[in-house]
Amino acid sequence: MIEIENVTFHHGKSPILKDVSLTIKRGGITALIGPNGAGKSTLFALMARLLPLQSGKISFDAMDIRQTPSRELAKKLAILRQDTHVASRITVQDMVGFGRFPHHQGRATSLDHDKVQAALNVFDLADIAERFIDELSGGQRQRVLVAMAYAQDTEYLLLDEPLNNLDMHFARNLMHQLRDLADNHGKTIVVVLHEINYAAAHADTIIALKNGEVAAHSRTDEFMTEEAISRIYDMSVKVKAVDGLKMALHHV
Amino acid sequence: MRHHFAPLQRTSALWPIVLAVVLLGLVAGSLVTGAANVSALDLFRRGESGDILLVSRLPRTLATILTGASLAVAGVIMQTLVRNRFVEPATTGTGECAALGLLATLLLVPGAPLLAKMAISSAAAFAGTAIFLALVSRLPPTQPLLVPLTGIVYGGIIGSISIFIAYENDLLQYISVWMNGEFSGVLQGRYELLWASGAAALAAYFYADQFTVAGFGKDTAHGLGLSYRAVMIAGLSIVALITSFTVLTVGMLPFVGLVVPNIISRFRGDNTKETLPLVAILGGALVLASDLIGRLIRYPYEIPAGTIFGVLGTGVFLWLLFARPARRG
Ligand SMILES: Nc1ncnc2c1ncn2[C@@H]1O[C@H](COP(=O)(O)OP(=O)(O)OP(=O)(O)O)[C@@H](O)[C@H]1O
Ligand SMILES: [Mg+2]
Repeated sequence: MIEIENVTFHHGKSPILKDVSLTIKRGGITALIGPNGAGKSTLFALMARLLPLQSGKISFDAMDIRQTPSRELAKKLAILRQDTHVASRITVQDMVGFGRFPHHQGRATSLDHDKVQAALNVFDLADIAERFIDELSGGQRQRVLVAMAYAQDTEYLLLDEPLNNLDMHFARNLMHQLRDLADNHGKTIVVVLHEINYAAAHADTIIALKNGEVAAHSRTDEFMTEEAISRIYDMSVKVKAVDGLKMALHHV
Repeated sequence: MRHHFAPLQRTSALWPIVLAVVLLGLVAGSLVTGAANVSALDLFRRGESGDILLVSRLPRTLATILTGASLAVAGVIMQTLVRNRFVEPATTGTGECAALGLLATLLLVPGAPLLAKMAISSAAAFAGTAIFLALVSRLPPTQPLLVPLTGIVYGGIIGSISIFIAYENDLLQYISVWMNGEFSGVLQGRYELLWASGAAALAAYFYADQFTVAGFGKDTAHGLGLSYRAVMIAGLSIVALITSFTVLTVGMLPFVGLVVPNIISRFRGDNTKETLPLVAILGGALVLASDLIGRLIRYPYEIPAGTIFGVLGTGVFLWLLFARPARRG
């Protein structure tokens, strides 16, 4: 269970998050949505302690992030940042391998090798495993970073716009993989999504942030209403059921 | 990590072997090159020829290798930690700060034991580099060349301060010896500190994965549970030690830490655990080759190894800047 209690955050004088409190249950996929600048990435950065908490409290199960050593935290949760830019010339395989770093600190065992191999296979990277990551396309690079978080094999997974740059094949594939991790491996996944229909199709719960505040937190099918989406994104959007699934028609 | 890809394992094992063979050839060349006519086998005989080898040529050969290897390693560490391919002890003020520290010991505690002098010099190198890093952290990341340019100006300022102080105290010749690396004065008993420099470079190997992870950037490193600060401090300490050992024994050799890591990165990437040994061997080989060329080109006179390396290094570096990186896989 992730507990976020009264988290407020300022950049300089401007408030970015205003008294955010959330409880995210163990297991399942939670989609974090909201307009640009709502504070989604900031919330993630606080959760993974990439930014220092200014006030409030965040804990994973009983683990208060302020009292947890970095290495323990890295075994509890993996984070994929929205704007990860790695300039090193590292092969795909080695890069994914570093996802195991919190576990082995440099001394990889055969278990680590197996997990890396599994991650390479799951994200279709085995064929390009020997390529340097600075020679990949944007989507391939994104898959490497996702695979790295996957290989980290933590109970909690925070993914900030993992679908960035992915074509529709890999985007759906990734959502299916997340579903599998949640359903069959007991992982708790929080994922920032801009395409609301991916949330509609694959997430159990939706949390919406707007202007640094929680604007909605409900089960996906309850959330998917014209009223809720229009309110959060300040635009009118039609919602239609397709094969029993509510879809937002926001493209037209 | 090569576990599942046997073919690559073979090709990557080839690199250190080829480099090591080249290095051995250079060692043999270095042992037989000089005014007196001796052969490498004299090392095992008694008499004057054997003495020349033991007292002069072997120490000189070892000194060039140790210097080249450890400066190249220092370069790789800096480039990884600063995430900039153009930094090395000579472009970040590290060398100048080590020299300033040494100068301070000469003036303030002239009777201090060597170890204490080294400690002060290393501390100065460490502090100077840390100040430099704090300065450049404000530079825009889109302009990577600004970092070494700032470093050269910064080093220049520190260097002028040293020169001013040295001039006032009639110690100028020291500065020139410290800042211009060459090996003609290396004799048995006068280069052994370089083994400590080599040991510092070896210590880097135990941090290899930590350095690589730190090179991914602060956030990614934190996400992987790395104590970023501790790794920064360890890396900079190693760099500071290597730099001050080198400055005191043979003098600063610019470009080694810049060129060698860039060559290896081109072909073998930046996974430090894999590249550190290659960087060390190539660094040793190139500096030894420079020294050898310097001894042969105007025989029996000598051109300093630093000068030769500067000329060759600039050429190689320009080529690296403009050529496309090697592709792999
Ligand atoms: N370093 C910073 N200094 C000042 N303000 C910042 C900084 N980083 C982010 N902000 C501001 O904080 C707010 C929240 O940013 P955040 O990145 O969390 O938004 P987001 O919800 O992830 O948006 P997006 O959907 O565009 O990724 C924005 O208004 C942004 O301008
Ligand atoms: Mg964001």
